[in-house]
Amino acid sequence: MHEGFQRRRHGGAVATFSGFEADLLRSLASQLVELLRNEVAAPSAGDDPLEELLDFTGPTTEPEDPVLARLFPTAYPHDEEAAGEFRRFTEGTLRDQKAQGAVAVIETLEEAGLPEQLEKDGLVVDVELDHEGAMLWMKSFTDIRLALGTRLGVEQDDEEYWMALSQEDPRAHVYDIYQWVGFLQETLVDAVAQSR
Amino acid sequence: MGGVSAPSPVELDEPEVEDLTFVDRPWVTIVWNDPVNLMSYVTYVFQTYFGYAKKKAEKLMLEVHQDGKSVVASGSREEMERDVQAMHEYGLWATMEKQS
Repeated sequence: MHEGFQRRRHGGAVATFSGFEADLLRSLASQLVELLRNEVAAPSAGDDPLEELLDFTGPTTEPEDPVLARLFPTAYPHDEEAAGEFRRFTEGTLRDQKAQGAVAVIETLEEAGLPEQLEKDGLVVDVELDHEGAMLWMKSFTDIRLALGTRLGVEQDDEEYWMALSQEDPRAHVYDIYQWVGFLQETLVDAVAQSR
Repeated sequence: MGGVSAPSPVELDEPEVEDLTFVDRPWVTIVWNDPVNLMSYVTYVFQTYFGYAKKKAEKLMLEVHQDGKSVVASGSREEMERDVQAMHEYGLWATMEKQS
């Protein structure tokens, strides 16, 4: 695929992926779902063990995993108590929304013809997204890039560092994927913003 | 910042002075720079979610990018909590605080 997403006639966007690309996107989206559902969002750090046990509402402290900490930032940096309350009421919902978005990406790819196991060469996957679908993909691309970027330790204006890595360095490969999803994101934003 | 949160039963004696201020838009939502999100995406989110014109959205995005942060909205505490949650849904790094 060379041109990324294109504007769709009545809003939204279209793109053509090779089987390999579609399979890669599915794998990234699946990993995101797994991450979001893996580390249980449990409340903690209460002084009252009984209260803690009876509290099913949501977590109050920042996730330990740096990717999750980036996906669910602390809303009140100077007020721990308010930050905990905010997290308790929002993190569960946000996790669900992000996981549902990633699942939507996977479903769209499979409905567009991506088989469970990619076997034959030459498969072409045509994806057509209405405006709502495009917004879901855009948010998922963002989450995927935040996850990859956080794992890699990407910083502002450090492209040269990554481009200079040896191709044997596994990070070089991950960075290529990170850049590729960024390219898709850029073309998707363009396609959707044009039809406003 | 000592933004008093949802009334806590332990602090019943403390008058909640902050809730009594007659300031119209006492809270702000701040979006912080991050090395991952694309400038075009951040601009588009400001347009889409806040309904800002492209010019304003771009100005705010550039503030985020160049100054490291930008105040993108102000209002009541409840409104700002909604905005911060929405920004997190879009993957932007947002926080809120009481206007100084």
